[in-house]
Amino acid sequence: MLGYSPPPMIDESTVRHVARLARLRLSPEEEQVMQQELSGILGHIDAITSMDLDGVPPTTHVIALENVLRADVPRDSLPREEALREAPDVVDDSFGVPRMD
Amino acid sequence: MSDFEPVIGVEIHVQLSTHTKMFCGCALSFGDPPNTHTCPVCLAHPGVLPVVNEEAVRRAILIGLALGCEIAPRSIFHRKNYFYPDLPKAYQVSQFDIPICGRGEFVAVRDDGSEIRVGITRAHLEEDAAKLTHLGGRRAGAEESVVDFNRGGTPLVEIVTEPDLRSASDAVTFLRQLRQTLLFLGVSDCSMEEGSMRADANVSIRPVGSHGFGTKTELKNMNSFRFLERGIEAEITRQEGILRDGGRVSQETVHYEPETGHITSLRSKEESHDYRYFPEPDLVPVAPDPGWVGELRGELPELPLALRRRMVGEMGLTAEDAEVLTESPELVAYFMDAAALADPKACANWIRGELRAQLREVGTEPWESRVSPAHIAALVDLLGAGTVSVPAAKEVLAGMIETGEQPDAVVEAKGLAQMDESDLAAVIDALVEANPDQAQQLRDGKDKVIGFFVGQAMKQTNGRADPQAVQRLVRAAVLGD
Amino acid sequence: MALRDLTAAQQLAALAAGETTSLELVDAHLAAVDADPVQAFLAVDADGARARAREIDALPERPPLGGVPIAIKDALSTRDIVTTSGSRMLEGFRPVYTATCVDRLEAAGAIVLGKTNMDEFAMGSSTENSAYQNTLNPWDHERVPGGSSGGSAASVAERQVPWSLGSDTGGSIRQPASLCGIVGMKPTYGAISRYGLIAFASSLDQVGPFARTVEDAALLLRHMVGRDPMDSTSLDWPGEITVPTATDLAGVRVGVVDELMGEGVEPGVRAAVEASLGVMEDLGATVVPVSLPSALSGLATYYVIAPAECSSNLARFDGIRYGHPIPADNLLDQYELTRGELFGPEVKRRIMLGTFALASGYYDQYYGRAQRLRTLIVREFAEAFSGVDLLASPTSPTVAFPLGDRTADPYAMYMADVCTIPVSLAGLPAISLPCGLADGLPVGLQLAGPAFSENRLLDAAHAVEGALAFDTRPPGLMT
Ligand SMILES: [Mg+2]
Ligand SMILES: [Zn+2]
Repeated sequence: MLGYSPPPMIDESTVRHVARLARLRLSPEEEQVMQQELSGILGHIDAITSMDLDGVPPTTHVIALENVLRADVPRDSLPREEALREAPDVVDDSFGVPRMD
Repeated sequence: MSDFEPVIGVEIHVQLSTHTKMFCGCALSFGDPPNTHTCPVCLAHPGVLPVVNEEAVRRAILIGLALGCEIAPRSIFHRKNYFYPDLPKAYQVSQFDIPICGRGEFVAVRDDGSEIRVGITRAHLEEDAAKLTHLGGRRAGAEESVVDFNRGGTPLVEIVTEPDLRSASDAVTFLRQLRQTLLFLGVSDCSMEEGSMRADANVSIRPVGSHGFGTKTELKNMNSFRFLERGIEAEITRQEGILRDGGRVSQETVHYEPETGHITSLRSKEESHDYRYFPEPDLVPVAPDPGWVGELRGELPELPLALRRRMVGEMGLTAEDAEVLTESPELVAYFMDAAALADPKACANWIRGELRAQLREVGTEPWESRVSPAHIAALVDLLGAGTVSVPAAKEVLAGMIETGEQPDAVVEAKGLAQMDESDLAAVIDALVEANPDQAQQLRDGKDKVIGFFVGQAMKQTNGRADPQAVQRLVRAAVLGD
Repeated sequence: MALRDLTAAQQLAALAAGETTSLELVDAHLAAVDADPVQAFLAVDADGARARAREIDALPERPPLGGVPIAIKDALSTRDIVTTSGSRMLEGFRPVYTATCVDRLEAAGAIVLGKTNMDEFAMGSSTENSAYQNTLNPWDHERVPGGSSGGSAASVAERQVPWSLGSDTGGSIRQPASLCGIVGMKPTYGAISRYGLIAFASSLDQVGPFARTVEDAALLLRHMVGRDPMDSTSLDWPGEITVPTATDLAGVRVGVVDELMGEGVEPGVRAAVEASLGVMEDLGATVVPVSLPSALSGLATYYVIAPAECSSNLARFDGIRYGHPIPADNLLDQYELTRGELFGPEVKRRIMLGTFALASGYYDQYYGRAQRLRTLIVREFAEAFSGVDLLASPTSPTVAFPLGDRTADPYAMYMADVCTIPVSLAGLPAISLPCGLADGLPVGLQLAGPAFSENRLLDAAHAVEGALAFDTRPPGLMT
């Protein structure tokens, strides 16, 4: 169906940049496999970059809803024990975060 | 005289004082114990979805109307993607290419009455981040931070201006008056200290006479107008120094240290931001009905700029009076109520002067005090009719503050009614006779000595004399004119 | 006949007639769940289910869903019942709230027996991307059940439950229904609240039912549709879902999508679909060819939009508010190690693809264009539905494939959804019903309709089902 496969469009540094943006630590082997697989997939997807779409607006929603608004009325919040119950690191009734630098 | 001209634009984040958060029903709170106002939505648990707070939309439109912005017939939300522990979804729901409020203009007025016209680029709705606190080395030697999600998801309006400001003091004048306007709208507490209003400034400089733009830096998150003004000035000076030395300003985020007056760079080790904005699929467009927008336009209160113009143009106040009296909606209302009953200029003088000075001593505001606007008007009338002297009126005011009684009752109780002229003339005659040396000085043309007689007369009459009448009567007695 | 061989409607009738109790039904199905020969379940709430059954049995009047058991895809949040979305990222995670659709079914008297296996975060077409286990196709344990809702599909085909819930982003209900020989339906986008459905691609995700009959699918759907104040994209349902009764297709115009009957479709699948088109004509339908020229670029469009949305939706899994982070002494390392380690390969692949498609410099080329292509697809469907009432195609171009067959080639796996994706992009309802066998394995017929045409679709599917009389029992369950 979508047969052709143009040359890879993602190089290693792009893979590393994207992995950093996505906060994914990839091993060197994973990076290499990822580069090949993404290039392959993009090869298939690339068909869309050459189609004539002049004057075609984007579809962000398939439904024609507008103005779905909520009245400004408070609802019960979670008891704090529940808010924190799945947290891996609770410090001072708050969510612990490692050093940031 | 500098051969460089600063070019300044500002971005202001305003927390809306709604009952609930932007996208969930958690109540807004300030100062409550951590993580007591959270739910699956504002904690970004798996599977949750946002729902827009109608009141936040209403307030954003009010702000847009007050800033003369076009209200977008149909605006959409975008996701701004970045990882940070105070951002639980790792994206902020914000607006990007179609904000709810488009272009507008805000006019601020300098002390000398001249205008600063500032283009508004946009004002958009978004959600606030949670509160991240750095604990330092508290736990087992490891530095750590903690997150409290009570604030996370508070509705924000971000206002972005054109780079139309040309000095730090203009920037602060603009921000103060913008803040006043927002307070008049009743949309936010606008507290710089508590962070419900936060301003960043984009600063660049260019040779005077040029129309291009230099490289700008972003001065982040100052928590007072004073520091903001100093920070912008320091940054302008820093950039001038760089350019004079033949260097280049680099685009970065900078921070002003109020303690040292230094500018420091906040440039992170992180690669440049790539927020990967895309339309938020979980929310549908906001398309405010034009009828509703019209209604909101009708609900706008008279805003500080219009008020100031009216105060100066129609009520005979000075620009400074107007500026002071429009400090808060409460003060305006107080003044207007008084000015409707008595001479506006005199009411202005008494309210912004003596009333506020005396109330400051007891730590209260006019509208919270026992002195009503009608009391002030009555006092002004007593003065106008010559019933009390100015010094006596100050004492009457003190009595009113203490007892909450009408001024005439205080005058009565304290015996502060002004002496009539013939009684006063007798007091003056006696004074002149008792002080021949001073009388002679006056005859010799030493006008200053008249102050001595006024002081003596006020003392002897317990302040019930009109100082101007005293002067006139002394001259008549000594000089015969 | 064993209780678990009854359809949900038959179980309801038996309950109404006093011939059985909810507790009996729950116990009978729990026995099958405990054995779990197809490894469909990730979590079982036997105690909760029995307690609820006793409660319902004690009620003076049975609620509409009577106390009949159900299985729920692990992508749906269930309060206090471990919900992992098939990922190690959520190992042991106990939600504090229940998805609206599950809430509604429970309120109507359905009893949740447990949570079913799935491709991690619903990304996959074989359920082999589950971090926990492979689910086996009840028709052939060497083969996949399809995905991503493979556990929900297999549990219904295996008769561990009469019905179940799945979620469908690009075909994740219809394709496994097809591969397991049962009925699966993806409703109109917005018909069922997504609140509590762990998001994969928000503009495409929809919850829907699996059942062994069209009637059962309708019964389940009936209690889930309608606006939810917690989901801004949910819709008021016009009228109600009716129980289908049609036995013919008189006056119904059926369009056969040319592009989806082409070379990639296995001959056995094409033969079964063509045979069922003949049956539809016999039932009175007019069958005409229809072209959706952009349908095939749907796959490429989908593999830009869905990964882009998922890259953002899955960013919240950072190990701070829930989960089990890989500890590190600074935040950036902890984020990267946790996400690098706890997401599986397919999830990482899609996050990477989506992050790339949204990144500065590539947005217009990929995401921007994909959204405009989506517009073309929406328009082509609208055009098609001006001439026909329903569109027919295979649900999957192939029957169930062997475990491990496609895991090495991501794009070969993506092709499994080529027939279901265009409908998803257009946000339209579609149903897959078993229409025959190829090489002894079930083939699914996909019927799609315009937005809100669920009742029409269900009626048509009911008529076809009656005429085809497909036996949904996998060989192992024939006695
Ligand atoms: Mg902002
Ligand atoms: Zn909340």
